[in-house]
Amino acid sequence: MTQWMIKTGASRYGLAMWYFLAAALLLAAPLFTSDFRLNLLAKFLAFAIAAVGLDLLWGYTGILSLGHGVFFGLGGYAMAMHLKLQASGGRLPDFMDWSGLTKLPWFWMPFQSFGGAVLLGMAIPAAVALFLGFFTFRNRIRGVYFTILTQALVIISVTLITGQQAFTGGTNGITGYGQILGHSLAAPETKLALYYVTAGVLLATFVLARIVVKSRFGKVLRAIRDGENRVRFLGYDPSRYQMGVFVLSATLSGIAGMLFVLHVGIISPSMMGIVPSIEMVLWVAIGGRGTLIGAALGALLLNGAKSAFSESYPDIWLFFMGALFIVTTVFLPRGIAGLAVDGWRKARRIVRRRKEVPEHERKGYSAV
Amino acid sequence: MDVFWLQLFNGISVSSILLLIALGLAVTFGQMNVINMAHGELIMVGAYATYMTQKLFQSYLPASWFSQYFLLSIAASFAAAFLIGLLLEKTLIRFLYGRPLDSLLATWGVGLVLQQLARSIFGAPNVGVKSPSWLEGGLSVTQGLVLPYKRLFILALVAVCLLAMFLYIYRTTAGRRMRAVMQNRDMAACLGISTRRVDSLTFAIGSGLAGIAGCALTLIGPIGPTIGTYYIVDAFMVVVLGGVGKLVGTVFGALGIGMTNTLFEYWTTASLGKVLVFLCIVAFLQWKPKGFVAMRTRSLD
Repeated sequence: MTQWMIKTGASRYGLAMWYFLAAALLLAAPLFTSDFRLNLLAKFLAFAIAAVGLDLLWGYTGILSLGHGVFFGLGGYAMAMHLKLQASGGRLPDFMDWSGLTKLPWFWMPFQSFGGAVLLGMAIPAAVALFLGFFTFRNRIRGVYFTILTQALVIISVTLITGQQAFTGGTNGITGYGQILGHSLAAPETKLALYYVTAGVLLATFVLARIVVKSRFGKVLRAIRDGENRVRFLGYDPSRYQMGVFVLSATLSGIAGMLFVLHVGIISPSMMGIVPSIEMVLWVAIGGRGTLIGAALGALLLNGAKSAFSESYPDIWLFFMGALFIVTTVFLPRGIAGLAVDGWRKARRIVRRRKEVPEHERKGYSAV
Repeated sequence: MDVFWLQLFNGISVSSILLLIALGLAVTFGQMNVINMAHGELIMVGAYATYMTQKLFQSYLPASWFSQYFLLSIAASFAAAFLIGLLLEKTLIRFLYGRPLDSLLATWGVGLVLQQLARSIFGAPNVGVKSPSWLEGGLSVTQGLVLPYKRLFILALVAVCLLAMFLYIYRTTAGRRMRAVMQNRDMAACLGISTRRVDSLTFAIGSGLAGIAGCALTLIGPIGPTIGTYYIVDAFMVVVLGGVGKLVGTVFGALGIGMTNTLFEYWTTASLGKVLVFLCIVAFLQWKPKGFVAMRTRSLD
């Protein structure tokens, strides 16, 4: 069994097979889980999309963003605004009424159509990322300086959204809607369909990320991570690549945010703050930066652990999360995926050695 | 006119607190290339040290001595944060040299643990610290312009800290070693400076300054486990804006952020003000990407 896994894991066909297996698992999951758990799983899959996007930026290009919560939130707000308008049925959304607005603000107009909302849910995060990337990467502001700027972006976005209560719903966020395109969000069929949509988007994200990573573009990204100046001396303009991957990553976060709103039914500033943003980084760190599957698995595992722990012991969860940060960065910089790869190599070595050892000497030498 | 002077004073007051917080950050970042996200929690340590000093004075010493507690609490908060910083450097930070982004994540984890620890020990709600009676009231300059003694005291405290840091960095042997390590670590090591020891001491001093900042914050309002997180991002922006390597950069950064923050929030609203300040910072970095004061170097990182 192990030998078979090792042989296939390395080859190209093996990889396609693992994808197939993952797809089959995702497809079959609704058969085994309750509605509640399926909803949770769907939420985690949405997180995994964001994690893969963040991994492209951090794991492959070496740019750490602590601001992905903003992109996630912007996507979420775009979807929530559409749903809210649908739920209000031509009248003003309730929180605008309370704040004394009499007319729908102009920037809410495009969200009346579903297509417009989805498009803006991707375009707005991309535009914000392009803006910040354009003014930083071109000036060679990078490393921790960039990271701190992204964190400042989080602070100002949260303050702005919280402060402009009449236009954004303030601290409460946007909630109180039940339908998407005429289907009830609470109905099991809709939930199932949304789950499949999320799983499909995640798989598509994976394939896209893999194409990006394997392409020439991806090679330059990794080269920038390992030696930005050398890349520059070779005649490339790193800032373009950095902007490109930042925008792609932000867009994926926006998509994740849109799906998140569909599963959870609320978006508020607290979901895009500093802590959620840095939690996204933790998913990637734990799973293993620089490996796509690691990022996705990290998001699933950590959120699973969080929902299991934090409901019963919220205090311990925070301790645990803090400790995880310390332990992973100091002892496991490559995350779980790194551990797995090391274990894999070790197993392979043992298997190989076993082949060379004559049959009668092999007793008591069991690796697995 | 009074309003203008009051805003100006508020701006300077905010800047002084930012400066106190950012001083320690700028030194550790400039020298060790370590981003200490737990700096905010060291502020909290200082604030709670002040709180504890006050409690001790209230319970064990005669009431007439109480008004003097604050002077002792400044020393106590410095010592508490200094020791925790030293411990942090010895056990964790030294494994993370040369990996600034990782140091950022690991220290964020430390901050989270410290916050939760404070929550378990002192409870989640904020606690108030009673200011000494000699800091009540204010200095009336004109009829409508009263400058609170507390704010003036903080200004003086920051000035003293700044002067002390200046003397330490530019006038003592230890400070000379520190500057040498900051400018060229390898060469300093070749010349017989124990960079390890300099690093520990620098980090601990930076942490101690955060402790003093925490002590000062108790004068402004109640303190809680998350007190540091309000200031930490602004303090980092000060470092980004001011650049590292020279004290004057940090002073400039703190004044820049403190003043623009106060003025924009006065002219517009609190939330819009923050956005404008951020845009100003990004715009400024177009002109000076390495901050106001950049260390001159011919090396490419």
